[in-house]
Amino acid sequence: MGKMMISATINGDAQQFLCDPAATLLDALRDELGLTGSKEGCGSGDCGACTVVLDGQMVCSCLVLAAEAEGRKIATIEGVAEGSELHPVQRKFLEKGALQCGFCTPGFIVASKALLDHNPDPSEHEVRYWLAGNLCRCTGYDKIVRAVLDAAAELRQETTTQRVSA
Amino acid sequence: MNAPQDKASFKPAYDVVGTRPVRPDGVEKVTGKAIYGTDHVAAGMLHGAILRSPHPHARIRSIDTRKAEALPGVKAVVTGADFPSLASLEVSLGEGSGNIAAISRNCMAHEKVLYDGHAVAAVAATSAVIAEEAAALIEVEYEVLPHVLTIDEALAPGAPVLHEDMFTKGLPEKPAEPSNAALCFTVGRGEPDAAIAAAHTVVSGRYSALAVHQGYIEPHACVASYNADGQVQVWASSQGAFMIRTLCASILGISQADIRVTPLEIGGGFGGKTKVYLEPVAIVLSRKSGRPVRLAMSRADVFRASGPAPGVVADITVGADADGTITGVVMEFKMLSGANPGNDTHSGAMSALAHYNVANCRVTGWDVLCNTAATAAYRAPGAPQTIFPVECCIDEIAQKLGLDPIDIRLKNAARPGDVGIMGMPAGEIGYAECLEAAKAHPHYSAPLGPNQGRGIAGGTWGNYGGPSTATVNLGEDGSVLVTTGSPDIGGSRAAMAMMAAETLEIAYEQVRVTIADTSSIGFSMLTGGSRTTFATGKAVILACEEIIATLRARAAVMWSIDVSQTEWRGGAVHCLSGDKAGTSLTMGQIAAKAGFSGGPIAAEVALNAQGFLPGFGVHICDTEVDPETGHVSVTRYTVVQDVGTAIHPDYVEGQMQGGAAQGIGWALNEGYVYDKAGRMDNPGFLDYRMPVCSDLPMIDTVMVEKPNPAHPFGVKGVGEVPIVPPLGAVANAVSRAIGLRVHDLPLTPDRVYAAMQGKS
Amino acid sequence: MPSPQFHSPETVEQASALLAANPQARVLAGGTDLIVQLRSRRIAPTAIVDIKRIAGMSGIRAADGGFAIGAATPCTALKDDKALAAAWPGVVEAANLIGSVQVRNRATMAGNLCNASPAADSVPALVAAGATVLIAGPSGQREVPAAEVTSGPGKNTLAHGEFVVEIRLPARPQGGGDAYLRSIPRTEMDIAVVGAGAALVLDASGTCTSARISIGAVAPTVLLVEAAGAALVGSKLDDAALERMAEAVRVAAKPIADKRGTVEYRIAMAGVLAKRVVEIARQRAEKA
Ligand SMILES: Cc1cc2nc3c(=O)[nH]c(=O)nc-3n(C[C@H](O)[C@H](O)[C@H](O)COP(=O)(O)OP(=O)(O)OC[C@H]3O[C@@H](n4cnc5c(N)ncnc54)[C@H](O)[C@@H]3O)c2cc1C
Ligand code: FES
Ligand code: FES
Repeated sequence: MGKMMISATINGDAQQFLCDPAATLLDALRDELGLTGSKEGCGSGDCGACTVVLDGQMVCSCLVLAAEAEGRKIATIEGVAEGSELHPVQRKFLEKGALQCGFCTPGFIVASKALLDHNPDPSEHEVRYWLAGNLCRCTGYDKIVRAVLDAAAELRQETTTQRVSA
Repeated sequence: MNAPQDKASFKPAYDVVGTRPVRPDGVEKVTGKAIYGTDHVAAGMLHGAILRSPHPHARIRSIDTRKAEALPGVKAVVTGADFPSLASLEVSLGEGSGNIAAISRNCMAHEKVLYDGHAVAAVAATSAVIAEEAAALIEVEYEVLPHVLTIDEALAPGAPVLHEDMFTKGLPEKPAEPSNAALCFTVGRGEPDAAIAAAHTVVSGRYSALAVHQGYIEPHACVASYNADGQVQVWASSQGAFMIRTLCASILGISQADIRVTPLEIGGGFGGKTKVYLEPVAIVLSRKSGRPVRLAMSRADVFRASGPAPGVVADITVGADADGTITGVVMEFKMLSGANPGNDTHSGAMSALAHYNVANCRVTGWDVLCNTAATAAYRAPGAPQTIFPVECCIDEIAQKLGLDPIDIRLKNAARPGDVGIMGMPAGEIGYAECLEAAKAHPHYSAPLGPNQGRGIAGGTWGNYGGPSTATVNLGEDGSVLVTTGSPDIGGSRAAMAMMAAETLEIAYEQVRVTIADTSSIGFSMLTGGSRTTFATGKAVILACEEIIATLRARAAVMWSIDVSQTEWRGGAVHCLSGDKAGTSLTMGQIAAKAGFSGGPIAAEVALNAQGFLPGFGVHICDTEVDPETGHVSVTRYTVVQDVGTAIHPDYVEGQMQGGAAQGIGWALNEGYVYDKAGRMDNPGFLDYRMPVCSDLPMIDTVMVEKPNPAHPFGVKGVGEVPIVPPLGAVANAVSRAIGLRVHDLPLTPDRVYAAMQGKS
Repeated sequence: MPSPQFHSPETVEQASALLAANPQARVLAGGTDLIVQLRSRRIAPTAIVDIKRIAGMSGIRAADGGFAIGAATPCTALKDDKALAAAWPGVVEAANLIGSVQVRNRATMAGNLCNASPAADSVPALVAAGATVLIAGPSGQREVPAAEVTSGPGKNTLAHGEFVVEIRLPARPQGGGDAYLRSIPRTEMDIAVVGAGAALVLDASGTCTSARISIGAVAPTVLLVEAAGAALVGSKLDDAALERMAEAVRVAAKPIADKRGTVEYRIAMAGVLAKRVVEIARQRAEKA
């Protein structure tokens, strides 16, 4: 089978791209659309570096075929900031030193934003289990979890952030 | 939350150092704009694929590439025959050294494959799919040889030998036969056997740990472009662009001036990106095809073919007096280095007891080869494996003597002025301060619940200095551009900018940092050995000091006074005499007129940084063990470390937390598993079990700041120490929770369960 | 390797015709097994039939007093259905142990079942709950017990051209409760070393009138251990009955040793987990 032409809404824009029927959404985003912010750490659903939001649900774009995206809405790391205004999750990652090498960061930010969109007041336990599909080898997760809890508090417009245990 | 820190007692007040500004490369990394290994695209680029051996040990009889070459879209196919056959030649790589012929043959096998995953051929094609398909069409005829996977197998009489020309080094006499033992190395002093014989209390045991992978999330990747005139460009994600230049030039016989390596952002390394795997192959593919070529590893390739840290088996005996003074230690350990001689035996032997003052000791290390991927450096290479048995034994002695585990360590701790095992007196080291801080931490006295146990362990790493170059350029508006050749793995751009701002007495935001390619900046050794903030930082500081001297000289010209009548203060030159006395010129004012006072304002410093000091850490770990299943969970964890001066505390804490998490993974669930055919059985993140977010608690940090007098701001290097103590800390916590010692890592549920069954 | 055809049929009949037309065709549901196998070249289908655009294939509806779960319903959607989560918490929890949130937003129970891994997490829970599966094919539809869909590692009993359209769960019986637990070294993102499911019915006096105990990852397929259930029926789930039940489980378990665990450990854990799931199911039954 030759290449397929797919139409999808990507970060709010109607886009068309060509893909091989066996290509993944991650391949299409990176190679066809030039959106290299989603990363490939494993290609098998284990690391979450490729996390995107597909029709409102976060998924590993390495485990979605590009052809499945026909008519769907996809949100990637490139669409998280509003223009030059960072999303609170992005800002808190910076302020809290929640990234070292930064390779896992796009996946963590997309996943964390998805969490807060769906649960504005998560506990530390909920944050940790929600993010269990995102591997980070650099940080030991501590500062990531704190950044997410802080972003949640900011989004709820609370000032206290002392919700973490120990 | 973090315990309050008593900084005032240790260090002078700084304006920028010790604050927590946002890193300069931060926005690019949280918005997905930063360009990592596989994000770089060159015009006309081809995609490569590598065919890897399915056998752990085999002779290559023949390779037939015709079908692959015939596939439409294939532009080049290469094998070992396309690489120069090199004589052995040792090169220095920073965290150890390497043999060029071995490094080349590890990138592309010549006569033999030495492990499952060893590269045997490579293809460049117009798409990744075609390249992979072509690689699968290459026909390799192997003569399968018997393989060895464990230390016992590798050292058994008559064992298959990986390298027929390898004779154990370090023995009194060269052995008659080649073997898989590459090296025997002993350090020690005093009369350890006699001391142990006379000791009040003696403990001993055989400890082991499996090989583990560095586990960086970004797989290795590069793009190479070879031009018809022999000039080469390489874009790569690595811990050292100069390392890549040196190795590619040596392997391929290219002048270093003809290879320009541009460092891309690096998605983690931890020592594992201090070697070349793909770059020489990509250059050869590009030379053959005439087009730029990208090569990238899959996750399975990363596990099978890039370096894990060696596994270890160690026999140890420790003797102590009734008061807990350690009187003698004898340890013999064997590191399983994989397909080529490793570098961890020396550092492991020298680190084993470096945090204690032991009068009588002998540590013997063996470097043993086997048919698994050649090992690479991993954070404090060698130290976790050798300090783990030491920390377990000290814990056992404390238990036998009824001593507090921190007190016994304090009694024996190495202190400034103590003469180390290599005969050198220790400098301003802070192990004792770390132990005191751990003892004072609320975690240490918090009550434990049922089935819980608390473990303590210490550890150390020597750190490093070495060669670095930095330039500082002033913009016409007085803004400051710092350029280094040290890849930023975890926030070092921020640290460089902070040290420059502190030196120049200007705002952090006025300084920007670039990491340049190898043709645009002088040599820097790779980022590793916890050296970058220390050594490259020192170069940045000295370059800033030169800038200050230049600015004063220029202002003196502008004011027509002698430079001695100027003063640098608050980021400006102040006039002390003449008709302009009392006035000042800012950097911007001087820079704007630089053309009239002597030209652009710039400074370059190239140095070989000396005076680095070792770092020390003490970890406190609480575990809870499910008595029915053997599951271990880490319920609380605290890292105490002597960090010298924390330039950017967030990134220092981040190193401490990340290293601790890696060490916990090593202790609990990580490890290479092979099937009977000698193939790695768990080459993916689902079965190679690194800690996930829900596996860990918050990791509390205490930075003990005992500055290094040999660095302008007191930097010691912090990146490697934190992976050392967790193996012992977790093992000690589990041992106290279940009332018996499990000597072998990882402490998987089935292993802990079996141990508990054996007891009851 | 030529690229496969990609189809996204809109009716069950179209899907079944596409599958019948090509023996090398594969159903794509959440893709969390299929795409991994495709990428690692373990399978090379010549056609992929995405069933997610078939009307009615995603979602949960009430049927015969119980539940009919569309084959393309992702695991996370099960949690959002309050009635299902209240009636069969063990099934819903089992499905929501699979992978990560990202994986569960795609993965389906039907895919988990058809992929036929002995360690599949939702399957022991479905088997204990007495779930049935509605299968469509060229010759119409048939309904079979969930336990009969798999026949060995990676092997299912679907005929050529057939696919699962629905998983059916009965109404929760009066005094019923179910549970599923697994043993993994980490807390998430792991394949079960052992799994155990239980579905109990207790009468007003707390006596067990029905018990179905299932175990995973200890045999080529998930096992329904009838002797284990029988050991509980008629008892008040006292320690002696629980120990007889656990012993029946240990006897039934025939695991292999592999990278994920030893034979001894798997057998022992099957017993431990079976006791734990019975205890959770009992608490749920008592609340029902
Ligand atoms: C990172 C990761 C972690 C995982 N963790 C777990 C875990 O913890 N526990 C666990 O059990 N599994 C786990 N899995 C495996 C997988 O997610 C599950 O088996 C999942 O339920 C498969 O469902 P799916 O809808 O994605 O199936 P698909 O991948 O779409 O299909 C799986 C197989 O079933 C066939 N199939 C699918 N639907 C139908 C149908 N309706 N009729 C006929 N055939 C069909 C497909 O052709 C294919 O052969 C994990 C996978 C990943 C990637
Ligand atoms: S790349 Fe998709 S999960 Fe790792
Ligand atoms: S910051 Fe490097 S992997 Fe997370």
